[in-house]
This record gives sequence, structure tokens and C-alpha cells, in this order.
Amino acid sequence: MIDVLIVGGGGAGLRAAIAVAEQDPACKVAVVSKVYPMRSHTVSAEGGAAAVIDIGDTLDEHCYDTISGGDWLCDQDAVEAFVAEAPRELIQLEHWGCPWSREGDGRVAVRPFGGMKRERTWYAADKTGFHLLHTLFQTTLKYQDIIRYDEWYVTKLVVDDGRVHGVVAVEIRTGRIETIPARTVILATGGCGRVFPFTTNAAIKTGDGMALAYREGAPLKDMEFVQYHPTGLPFTGILITEAARAEGGWLINKDGYRYLQDYDLGTPTPTPKLRSMELGPRDRLSQAFVHEQHKGRTADTPYGPVVYLDLRHLGESKIDSRIPFVRELCRSYQNLDPATDLIPVRPVVHYMMGGVHTDIDGATPIAGLYAAGETACVSINGANRLGSNSLPEILVFGRRAALAAAEFARAHRDGEPRAVRTQGEDERRLLEREREGRRTGERVADLRERMQHTLEGAAGIYRTGDVLAKAVDTLADLRARAEEVRFDDTGVAFNTELLNLLELRTMLEVAQTIVACALNRQESRGAHQRTDFTARDDDSFLAHSLVHRAPDGTPSVGLLPVTITRWPPGERVYGR
Amino acid sequence: MNAETDTTEEAGARTIRMEVMRFRPGEDTEPVFQGYDVPLMADWAVLDGLNHIKDQLDGSLSYRWSCRMGVCGSCGMTVNGEPRLTCGTFLTEYGQGPVRIEPLKGFPVIKDLVVDIDDFLAKLSSVRPWLIREGEELPLTTEYAQTPAQLEAYKQYSMCINCTLCYSACPVYVLDPDFLGPAAIALAQRYNLDSRDMGDRFDVLNLDDAVWGCTFVGECTRVCPKHVDPAEAIQRYKLTAALRSVLPWSRR
Repeated sequence: MIDVLIVGGGGAGLRAAIAVAEQDPACKVAVVSKVYPMRSHTVSAEGGAAAVIDIGDTLDEHCYDTISGGDWLCDQDAVEAFVAEAPRELIQLEHWGCPWSREGDGRVAVRPFGGMKRERTWYAADKTGFHLLHTLFQTTLKYQDIIRYDEWYVTKLVVDDGRVHGVVAVEIRTGRIETIPARTVILATGGCGRVFPFTTNAAIKTGDGMALAYREGAPLKDMEFVQYHPTGLPFTGILITEAARAEGGWLINKDGYRYLQDYDLGTPTPTPKLRSMELGPRDRLSQAFVHEQHKGRTADTPYGPVVYLDLRHLGESKIDSRIPFVRELCRSYQNLDPATDLIPVRPVVHYMMGGVHTDIDGATPIAGLYAAGETACVSINGANRLGSNSLPEILVFGRRAALAAAEFARAHRDGEPRAVRTQGEDERRLLEREREGRRTGERVADLRERMQHTLEGAAGIYRTGDVLAKAVDTLADLRARAEEVRFDDTGVAFNTELLNLLELRTMLEVAQTIVACALNRQESRGAHQRTDFTARDDDSFLAHSLVHRAPDGTPSVGLLPVTITRWPPGERVYGR
Repeated sequence: MNAETDTTEEAGARTIRMEVMRFRPGEDTEPVFQGYDVPLMADWAVLDGLNHIKDQLDGSLSYRWSCRMGVCGSCGMTVNGEPRLTCGTFLTEYGQGPVRIEPLKGFPVIKDLVVDIDDFLAKLSSVRPWLIREGEELPLTTEYAQTPAQLEAYKQYSMCINCTLCYSACPVYVLDPDFLGPAAIALAQRYNLDSRDMGDRFDVLNLDDAVWGCTFVGECTRVCPKHVDPAEAIQRYKLTAALRSVLPWSRR
């Protein structure tokens, strides 16, 4: 039997796999991923990874930036552990060969980043996630005992009597449905950006791990906190990294005016100033865009209103050495050259602060079930994640979850319960029936589009109670309709239509939790802004949202206290 | 699906015909082309055309894609005879059409446009694509120093996204599946040339089916969407291997 079964082969999953393999070769570890691990969405991360390394910087300052950036919704014990372990994780990646960018003397280089008071963001040009993922993947190849299930899709967790016992999964290539018994399971499937129509997230980011846990009774946490990144390319939603602003890029409106100065983010300076203007936090920058739009100061394009990112003054050589991928992406996908042209950008759904509720070791309330990375909510990101905190997060908590899971597996050597077989059989029958398909009904893509536009309308940068309430009904209706969709592919081999249907149902569950949590939180905090409750309300809502799946399948929202250690709630101050 | 079939969009906007190779294992004896008319939009990549087919016209079409920004390496296919990333290849390149989409050549087809790349992954593993160190390690409080010039020495080869276009284009690999191939050799060199690495991978590279199998046609480098230049990696290692045969203690 597998001791530690990891669902997801991105940064968190692979870091976890290596941690188990290194620590205890007798511990049997497997990675189940719906894509080959090096295709995972970690690959798209661009700007960098934060960890205190320079003399003059301190762990406390990284903590403070993270906690104030998160509008005091972070659990401070988790932030302290995260900040303390991040440097060793990034050095570990260096020891495994990650091509970090360097200073002239050979030391690792750092750059500024949004919401950070010090320069502490390590980078590999502007393909940091790509290099981090490939370094991890290639390092896993050293450990031949790591079992890989490449292109397998997990459809269900086997949970019996409050404890996880494995998963049911489909081998995509053949359509074979198998139950994989395991003593522990770590969910590391990443985020759920695809519930929105306009997102930086890859096609695979459908919230699978969140829904798997939620369906078995594990609560999700803080699902209303969806991060809009301020600079996405219109139409494609491709991310233009915050590093472009860290290297000196300006955000200007259609009149060429650096509009962030109108939103309490500081005064413009020719070179970047930390925690100010273009280096403010993402929630505040995306919100400023909406105000510019309302003032009529954005430009119109066929793909909606835009502002501009101006990199022209940086010059070709700085662009090529520090942010070459930005230039490559602009040339290939937007047909412009940032060395000479303005880049049209608009806010784009980028990251889910919420996720599966875990403790500081990644443990969920279901025994033996863990979660790490964007799938999880530990929580270090609170109401708004700071750029360059997510890469160290997947490393620190991937490893922590792995060590905790391995220990649980060693302490629970009992055999598999009967439930493994019966639940596996039930799930297999369900999936086989599903695959027979229907020739009538709506298409998966049509329902998906309706869901995405519902979410954008109700749970975008600004939210309102009555629109959210309507979205609750719309999503319930879509969920019912998703049981009766039309199906063209009744084959077993590489049936991506079946996968898309399963992903749609997954996303609908996640979407319901986002809307339910957003409706329940009658205040404005970080990335959650209510036009009908415009102020932060610490008396009622200095608390996490905790959402369970009720027996009738609807989300049921409660609150959970935030852990405060050393930083009492205060005002978020940027640029002054 | 034994005869060529047509699925046509309603009249209106300009369209382009996509001829897509279809193959269902266990049912079709050989692949057939199926034609679809999709809107010819200025911003649409070939992948957007495929997604339009999948979402609106024919849900049974299978292909891989994910990031649609040229970095995950999933969506390589043969477009009008050339191996391309379909997310970065635009429909307007093909004017009036038709544009013909086939799976990457040189690999077994699983279904439609999806090919089996396990052989590539086995080859990648075989070159030990990880940092090889000997002796005592630095503690996790200190990084190994590496100057920008030392980084530059291998950086290009570290840009490989494992899309396997280079294998598809390689005339040697298509004829001899045992050939180690461009990306795996480039990634071996990525580590060989890394100042922190202490291995040289001579045993797996200095073989007839490895660097010496390459006939230096250079197609791999021409088709690489990330400008990695595997052809150069291979030629450089030939020199290294030749030197090492003469001077067995030399490393690179």
C-alpha cells in the first residue's frame, strides 16, 4: 500500500514527494497528476520567490509585509513558520540546480516586489516558476522509488469513518478506473481560476483538490478571497509579471497619467519606491483600475477597457536581461514590443487565497488527509496574497505536509478497510455510466461559460449582496443542468470531454463556496470589496470563513477566529 | 468516421477551414481527416480554433493544452507539416486556409492529436538531469556562488520546455527510435555546463545512439520554440567526448 499519495505534480506536490523520498526511503510515495508534472501550472509563475536573505532585512519585516498585505486575515503563527523556513527552501532549490539570477560576485540576486518593504524576491529572470518546476521535476527523477501516475485524474477520495484511505482515479490514456489505496493523501492540485472567464490560470486549474476534500466533509476556508492581478493582457489573460513594475515599469491611464497617485498609494517617483505606487499590493491596484474605468480614464479595446503598462523608459537591454519573457509574450501574443510600445493591460483573475482548511502542517480535519499550496488555506495569504509569496509557500508547506503525512503513515500500519473496495466499486460504476453519455442536452462548454460569467458578475473586484444572492440561484440551477449534459465522446481512450464534465462539476462546487462566502462576509477586506459594506469590520469579521458542504449539497458558511501572535490589526499604509 | 465528414459553422463572419486528423484507438484502422470551419479571428491561435471545435462543434476531439502562453509544452502538434506549439501559432498565418492539424510526427498516436511521449521521458531520466555533487554539501544557509557568466554558460539549455517538437522534426529519431535525441542531450549539457555540477554523463552521451547518432541536420534547433539550440549542444558534446577519449581525466 502507498504511504503518501500526492494528488498534483506541481511545485507543492513534487516538493512533497522529494521530502518523503529523502527522509525515509522505506516510505512508499506516489504522485498522481492529470498532466505530466512538468506541465503543471507552477510553470507559468514569472516574477519570483520571496525569502529573507540580505543583511538589513529581517524575518519580522517579511512577516509584517505579509500580514498587512493580507489585511490581517493571515494566521500569524503560520506566517512566522513560513517566513522562517522560506530561505532554507530557496537555498535548497539552489542546491538542486535552480538557475537563480545572480549578482556580479555570484550571490543570488533579489528584486523588489509589490507590498514588500525590502528587496527579498529571488528570481530566475522572469521564468521563476518554470525553472523552479523543472528543477524539482528533474530532481525527482533521481529518486526512482517515487511512483508516478502521469495523466491520471482523481475523481474521488476514499474516506471512511473520518479517515482517508486512498483515491479513485481514471487513467486518461486508457480510461481504466482504479482504486489506489493509500495511508495518507496530500492534495496539491493548485487553484481554481478557471471558474472565472478571464484568468491567468491554465486550463487545468479547475479546483479539483478543493472539491475532492469538500465533498468528503473537509471544510474550505476564505473562498471569497480571489486575487485579481492588475496586469493581464486583454483577450488571452496572459500575465505580465509584477517584476515589470519592480524593474521600474509605470501604470498609466489613457491620458498617460500615473493614476495610482489618486488612490492613496503614494506619489510618483522616477524609480520604484518600495511599498508605494506601482509596488503597492495587487488588491489595491486592481481596485484602482475599476475607479479609473468609472471616471472614464481607461481606453476601450474589443476585449474591454484597459490601462497601459509603460516599460519604454527601461530600455531594451534592461528588458532583455531582467524581464525577457515579458518581451517574448508581448511580441508573440499581443503583436507589440514593450521596448517601444505601451502594453495594454487589465485586471485578471490570478490566485485563490482560500482553499482546503489546514493547520500549520497541512493537516485537514479528515485524518490522513493533507493539503499544500494554492489548494490549501493555511493561511499565510489572508485577504490578499503578496506577489512572490506563493512560490516559497508551495515549497515550505509542500515539505511540511509531506513530513507530517509520512509520520502519520508510519503510525498507522493497519490494512485497508472494506470501504476502499465498496467505495471504489461504486465510483467505477458511476463513471462508467457517465461515459455512456447522452446525445441530447446542453454542452459542457455552454454551462461552463454561464458559470464563468456568473462569477465574474457577482464575485469580481467589487461585489454586492443582491447580485451575489442571485448568483446562488444561478449556480444551483447550473449544477442541476450539469447532471444532464450532452456528450459526443463515448470512447474510453483519452476522453477529454468526460474530464471536462468532471471538471465542470468540480468548478461548480467551488464556485458555490466562493459566492456563499462572499455573501456572508458583510464587510470589505483585502480582495473582498462589498459596495454595500464598504468598511473593514474587525468586530464582526476579523475571522476566517469556513464553509462546509451541507447534506443537501449546498454550502454552509461559518466563521473561525484568526490567529494573532505579535501584529495586532492596524491600518494598511502604502506610499506614505 | 471512415469517410471525410464536414461540420460547417453558420454563415456570417469569415471562416477558415481546419482539417484535423482523427483517430480513435480500437475503432479506426487508420487516421482520417475531418474538416471544420471555424471563425478566422485576428487574435486566434490554432489552439483557439481547436477549442472552438471542441466547445461548439465536436466534443469528441482530443488534444492536450494547458497554459496557452508557450511555457507548459503541452500543445505541440503538426501544423501544415511543421511541428509547432499551437498556442503560439496564429490562424491568420494560413491566410485563406485550409490549415491541416496532425499529431506530432515520430510518436505513436494515442487518440486524435494526442501522442505517447513516455519514450522521451525515459530518455530524459537516463541522462541524469539533476545536479550531481560529490563530497560534503554546503549547509542550507549558504548558496553555491555562480557568477552571471557561469550562469550564461548553461542558461540557454535550461530553457527547454520538453515540448518534444525537436524529436518530431529530427530525421534521425523518426528512423531510429533508440536515438537519445535533441532535448535529452541539451538537458544533459544543461547540467554538464553548470559550474555547480560534478558529473559529465559520458556513459550515456558517448554512444552511437546518443551524440554520435546525430547527423547535424539542425532541424531541432530550427523548430525549437524557445531557441534552445540542441544541435549546438550535441556538437559541443561531440568535441567533449572526443577530448575525453584522448584525455580520459578531462571533464568538459
